[in-house]
Amino acid sequence: MPTNPFSSFGDRKKRRIDDLAATAGDAERQPADDAKVGAAATGSAQHAGNGGTQGPTVEDAGAIAGGAGQSLLASAWERLRRDKVFLVGAGITLVFVLLALFAPLIAPHDPTKGLLLNQVRQMTNPVPGAQPGFPLGGDTVGRDLLSRLIVGSRQTLIVGVFATLGGLAGGLTLGTLAGALGGWVDSFVMRAVDVMLSIPSLLLAISIAALAPEPSQITLIIAIAVVQVPIFARLLRGSLLAQRSSDHVLAARALGVRPVSIIFRHMLPNALGPVIVQATLVLATSIIDAAALSFLGLGNPDDRQPEWGAMLGTAQQYLGDYPHLAVFPALCIIVVALGFTLMGESLREALDPKSRR
Amino acid sequence: MRQFRKAAPVALLAVASLALGACAQSDRTDGGGSGSSGAAASGGTMTFGAAGAPKLFDPYYATDGETFRITRQMFEGLLTDKPGTAEVVPGLAAEMPTSDDGKVWTFKLRTGVKFTDGTDFNADAVCKNFTRMFDQNKAGESAAQYWTYTMGTFKSDAATSLYKGCEAVDPATVKISVNTTTSKFPVMLSLASFGMQSPTAMDKGDANNVKAQGDGFIFPPYAQAPVGTGPFKLEKYDEANKTVTLVRNDTYWGEKAKLDKLIFKIIPDESTRRQELQAGSIDGYDLPNPVDWKGLKDDGDQLLIRPAFNILYMGLNPEKNPKLKDLRVRQALDMAINREQMVKTQLPEGATAASQFMPDTVKGYNTNIKVTAYDPTKAKSLLKAAGASNMTLNFAYPTEVTRPYMPNPQKIFEALRANLEAVGIKVNVIAKPWNGGYLDGISPNGAFDAWIIGWTGDYDAADNFLGTFFTSPKNDFHTFSMPWGKTLSASLTAADAIVDQDQRDAAYEKIATQINDEYIPGLPLSSSPPALVVGPNVKGLVASPLTAEDFSTVTISK
Amino acid sequence: MLRFVLRRLLQMVGVVIVLSFLLFVWLRSLPGGTVSAILGERATPQTRAALTKALGLDQPIWVQYGSYAKRLLSGDFGVSTGVLPGTDALDIFLTRFPATLELSILAILLAVSAAIPLGYLAARRRATWFDNTSILVSLVGVAVPVFFLAFLLKYYFAIEHNWLPVSGRQSSGVDATRVTGFFVLDGIITQEWDAAWDAFKHLILPAIALATIPFAVIFRITRASVLDVMEEDFVRTARSKGLTQRVIRGRHILRNALLPVVTIIGLQVGGLFAGAVLTETVFNFGGVGETLATAFTLRDYSVLQVIILAAAITYVIVNLLVDIAYAIIDPRIRTR
Repeated sequence: MPTNPFSSFGDRKKRRIDDLAATAGDAERQPADDAKVGAAATGSAQHAGNGGTQGPTVEDAGAIAGGAGQSLLASAWERLRRDKVFLVGAGITLVFVLLALFAPLIAPHDPTKGLLLNQVRQMTNPVPGAQPGFPLGGDTVGRDLLSRLIVGSRQTLIVGVFATLGGLAGGLTLGTLAGALGGWVDSFVMRAVDVMLSIPSLLLAISIAALAPEPSQITLIIAIAVVQVPIFARLLRGSLLAQRSSDHVLAARALGVRPVSIIFRHMLPNALGPVIVQATLVLATSIIDAAALSFLGLGNPDDRQPEWGAMLGTAQQYLGDYPHLAVFPALCIIVVALGFTLMGESLREALDPKSRR
Repeated sequence: MRQFRKAAPVALLAVASLALGACAQSDRTDGGGSGSSGAAASGGTMTFGAAGAPKLFDPYYATDGETFRITRQMFEGLLTDKPGTAEVVPGLAAEMPTSDDGKVWTFKLRTGVKFTDGTDFNADAVCKNFTRMFDQNKAGESAAQYWTYTMGTFKSDAATSLYKGCEAVDPATVKISVNTTTSKFPVMLSLASFGMQSPTAMDKGDANNVKAQGDGFIFPPYAQAPVGTGPFKLEKYDEANKTVTLVRNDTYWGEKAKLDKLIFKIIPDESTRRQELQAGSIDGYDLPNPVDWKGLKDDGDQLLIRPAFNILYMGLNPEKNPKLKDLRVRQALDMAINREQMVKTQLPEGATAASQFMPDTVKGYNTNIKVTAYDPTKAKSLLKAAGASNMTLNFAYPTEVTRPYMPNPQKIFEALRANLEAVGIKVNVIAKPWNGGYLDGISPNGAFDAWIIGWTGDYDAADNFLGTFFTSPKNDFHTFSMPWGKTLSASLTAADAIVDQDQRDAAYEKIATQINDEYIPGLPLSSSPPALVVGPNVKGLVASPLTAEDFSTVTISK
Repeated sequence: MLRFVLRRLLQMVGVVIVLSFLLFVWLRSLPGGTVSAILGERATPQTRAALTKALGLDQPIWVQYGSYAKRLLSGDFGVSTGVLPGTDALDIFLTRFPATLELSILAILLAVSAAIPLGYLAARRRATWFDNTSILVSLVGVAVPVFFLAFLLKYYFAIEHNWLPVSGRQSSGVDATRVTGFFVLDGIITQEWDAAWDAFKHLILPAIALATIPFAVIFRITRASVLDVMEEDFVRTARSKGLTQRVIRGRHILRNALLPVVTIIGLQVGGLFAGAVLTETVFNFGGVGETLATAFTLRDYSVLQVIILAAAITYVIVNLLVDIAYAIIDPRIRTR
């Protein structure tokens, strides 16, 4: 699984998700003993379907009452403000989002127009070089490369954000169902989620995209979103379970608040922290996965909507003589993915009570 | 226990490799790596980068260029192409066949020719080959696409087949008869599918025993070890390493191959083929990307450009989009397209804008027809006159594919789309994978208003282009939904049946004019020369318009 | 233990049956397909219909699945139509699988041998420049699209400097005997040392490309795990007992810290399969991943089915093995 360590390996994924989930509920949790995590599954009949990889942390976490959410957030913010890694990550992300929002205003030319087309000659000049007004030159059909890169940020962000939102929506539904209803619904949903987690994520995405009737931006987004569903589902379920017996939920229940409103007004808001962290990390994965899918020809076929992954994918055949066509989009992807990852990782660390020691 | 656990895998590995080692021995002959044939002066080995794996080695059931490239080195037909041209010349026939009525053709055969298994090539062998091809079981009939394409039907439906019979007059003379006169015959016998194969080997290998199983065909063992008369014979297909190795046929009847070995290394990715050539691990490869041509030349490689024998066109479906029924609309589209710019910017040098549905190398090409001039203003006014100013066109292009006539479908599409939009047509982009709905969308369903596709000729006959496109009542252009569709089909059939070459050419030229002036069933766009590239030390390879290169003349200096 | 393994195997059979059905229906409900792939531009409605009939693709989908399932039970996985027409799809898989396995094994060896020492050192020197650089490198390694990295490696090592081969599994000029399908192993057991060396050289670049992700994962797990263990009570106890640093590090820290790492390594193997699709495509390495890509473009149903089912089965089996290994290694499990 080439593009992201966080999305490929069932065990790692699940354990980390569960760790993250537990942060919503408690602050006093025992440090997860990695050995115990893997080991517990063997004996855990409930999760035998996917074996060796379920952590006991969710069950453990559920048993521990906690409620340091507010102070945790406050202290997290204190830490983040002084965290250079976080600031760098957030800075990159901010620049990227601004660029995407205002792309058409910033781009010097219309990225869909082959302005330099008349200079293109397959044999002598397949890729127009840099010239006044076109600092990076054109692409193979004479469109301004700089403008395409700038506007490409928007498509890239769209793919990343919608894939993440899609995954979040799916995961929210499944996770809430499982975490709130419990019982056989929980077993059934979690079994399905485990099966999905057991398939390497990029392989799953490739299968979904390749088996779609025709490649398009939507199939690309769906393919990546589906892969994220189980991650969010598990995260939310874990977080809901962890809160089930926490004081504020018990109190609400004692006051006779209806279960639905307990879930939506009391439990879900508390689960948002880890969800945001996960979403940040997933955004980075999505962008890299999108690049891989585009490379395999499963991306958006309409290249008037530039997208970095697709630009990199189509540039591969020019790598020998015109490497800049590939290097620029690749650099953009690397920097942005790194930005999201840095931000997400430092958020996670800041929110993780374990690392406050 | 603990100790054992650590030691166990190591011991197991050791035992396993010992066991394997005991029964596995090197297959190597003493010579080791190269030049195994010993006796003759070493002509060296050429490694050629092929874009795809061969499907099987019996050319009769093959359908794709990658397979034919290899079988062409191993088999020869009665007729063949003159190197570097599409002209049909005698192959295993000693001279061009003759016929009085265009139905019974007499072939004089070369004598002293043997198949590589020692069987004599003679009139009997020829007839056995034709009988074999004609007499197929159900699965074989479906698998033998080239026979279906040229001859129509098989023994099971003998009356409608073009093929009638074969008669061995004497060992060096054979008469092959057909049911109707057509320009296809005998030139079709130069097709790689109709290469002559050893009757002994075919009998032994049960060559006709094709079975349909599940959703595939199972071919008999013969298909992996066929026997021909060509300058090379098959040594092995190393599937795991994706290489096909051919060795020189030392008993070849003609001038023997200069190479000892010819290796085809399968490298699907175009840029990897180029890198392999740069690194020196292959000596040449097929279909270099036009973008790389300059770089390859700068590296000192030799670019062999094949004469263009193909046509790229934009198909139109008047049944799907009724606006296209109006001749003015089709004319407008024709004028809206800037062929010169497309050819100049998106196709390799040597490509030409097309004026008709065949390249200028085909007999029957009409030199009087000019390429439609680019005139967006007139196109707009024609559209307006036809009430189609704001028409929408569902225009499709294929993904996951490159073709010799279309090195990069997306970029060509992009150029056409910009042209169409410039005259006010709204283009709906449809992109479908070549095998994932694009071909289906064109042929049986007619799902698109317009699409791009092309054709690479099989042999030098106008029928192979025009006849293929417009004769059938169910053709891709849906011409039978137009008032002139039947007339066009009938006149093409009539032209095809003319025996005299000059009269036939004249008939086709007339049809080409009609298509261009009155019908415009689609828009011919361009012909582009596919290239192949070989390293600086390769000599003697002649590029063929039919991509039928003969490697026996190649020499290589290291 | 035995009951557990049996139950897991039974569940696997269930998963495979469901997956085979879904896959079968899904593939055939897509536009296009085998017939297009075989006929190309030459297709006419007539030849298309004839071929569809000959291949039995005109029958209702459940009839098709019925006969497929029947053949499956007798061990017949169908015949390839595109990759190598007429050949048993399972044979195709078995011919290519050694390549993927060979590549994966080297990749995982590379990843492990680099990641564990680095992870350990980074943890020992927490918050130093060494630690920070290592973390940054592992993060960047993850952010670089693998196929781009593969291109860079290829350009630098194979084309610029010609140190290593560009693509493929073995040079075409090498006359090698095939025994197991593992080229390096074949070269060793037939004592064709040049063939083994040549095959090994072909493995290096793709293995490095494939190793980056597992490297990053294992590195970070090792680092985190060592950090955790260093603060455990038993380490403090050992230290207060006056044991030498060497013993503490070797016997107490490293051994305990490596437990989770072992799990991760086991699971990487399954995950490598997806990476192989990209890496093998870039390096024209004739393994299962590359075959999968080819089978997709040629719509070779039988081969696709075999490969995807095999991937699922491999993954489940690897998971099972990891569980079993864990039960053996970790004494705490046995008491449960």
